[in-house]
Amino acid sequence: MPRFVFSDFPLGSPTGRPFDAASQHAALELGLRLLEEATAPGTTVVNPEAWSADPSWKGRVFTKAQPFLTEDATAKWQQRKATYRSLRATGKA
Amino acid sequence: MSHVRYIDKTREYYRNEGYETPYQWAHFDEIPFTPLARPLAGCRVGLVTTSEMALIGEAGPWDDNPGCNVYALPTDTPIDRLYTKKEAYDRYATTLDDVNAYLPLTRLAEGVAAGRIAGVVPRFQVLYSQYSQRKTLTVDAPEILRQMREDRVDVAVLTAI
Repeated sequence: MPRFVFSDFPLGSPTGRPFDAASQHAALELGLRLLEEATAPGTTVVNPEAWSADPSWKGRVFTKAQPFLTEDATAKWQQRKATYRSLRATGKA
Repeated sequence: MSHVRYIDKTREYYRNEGYETPYQWAHFDEIPFTPLARPLAGCRVGLVTTSEMALIGEAGPWDDNPGCNVYALPTDTPIDRLYTKKEAYDRYATTLDDVNAYLPLTRLAEGVAAGRIAGVVPRFQVLYSQYSQRKTLTVDAPEILRQMREDRVDVAVLTAI
């Protein structure tokens, strides 16, 4: 990445907290400032906002207790992969 | 607590699920970089997302045309007409019910109104990331670049769920 804003938020909320315009504005502003100020590729800034005072959600990410995808979503993912493989096999992807 | 080590955690998670070949994350030895050529207040902003955006009640391009990896939607679409079809997110800790938390269209429009940026171009691009880094590099990224040049984008913002 030429420039990168890292928010230590759950996957799904890269540009701020849902239903929180101030949080979203701050996240976008970090990116805009990076566009203005970065002088080298790979410049990364970390969003200082904490998702929650309780960081325990991080420990549960990608664990058996919290399967990442629902069963339905896993089935769809498998189906999409199969579709892609067949498109590739026929030269359409 | 330090940040979530997603690469390590996903590798372990999918190995435990029975997938033997670990995902190879894209890595580039050389990263392109262009300093901003003019003040941001004079720049037109483009937006790219991997968040599988769709219009409520309408079929998405992927439904009509499997294999279509890049499509564009108007940036002036009312935000409450947009949703994401993405299912790969942390459904335990957050929600995808607020589009602006992953596609900052309203926040960018506010930036235009405030004079922070000159404008947002008429369409944003959705990159449906398939399973081929080769295709992302040789087909999809060049198509996004082509559309952005056509729209005279000065700076591009990429948001990924």
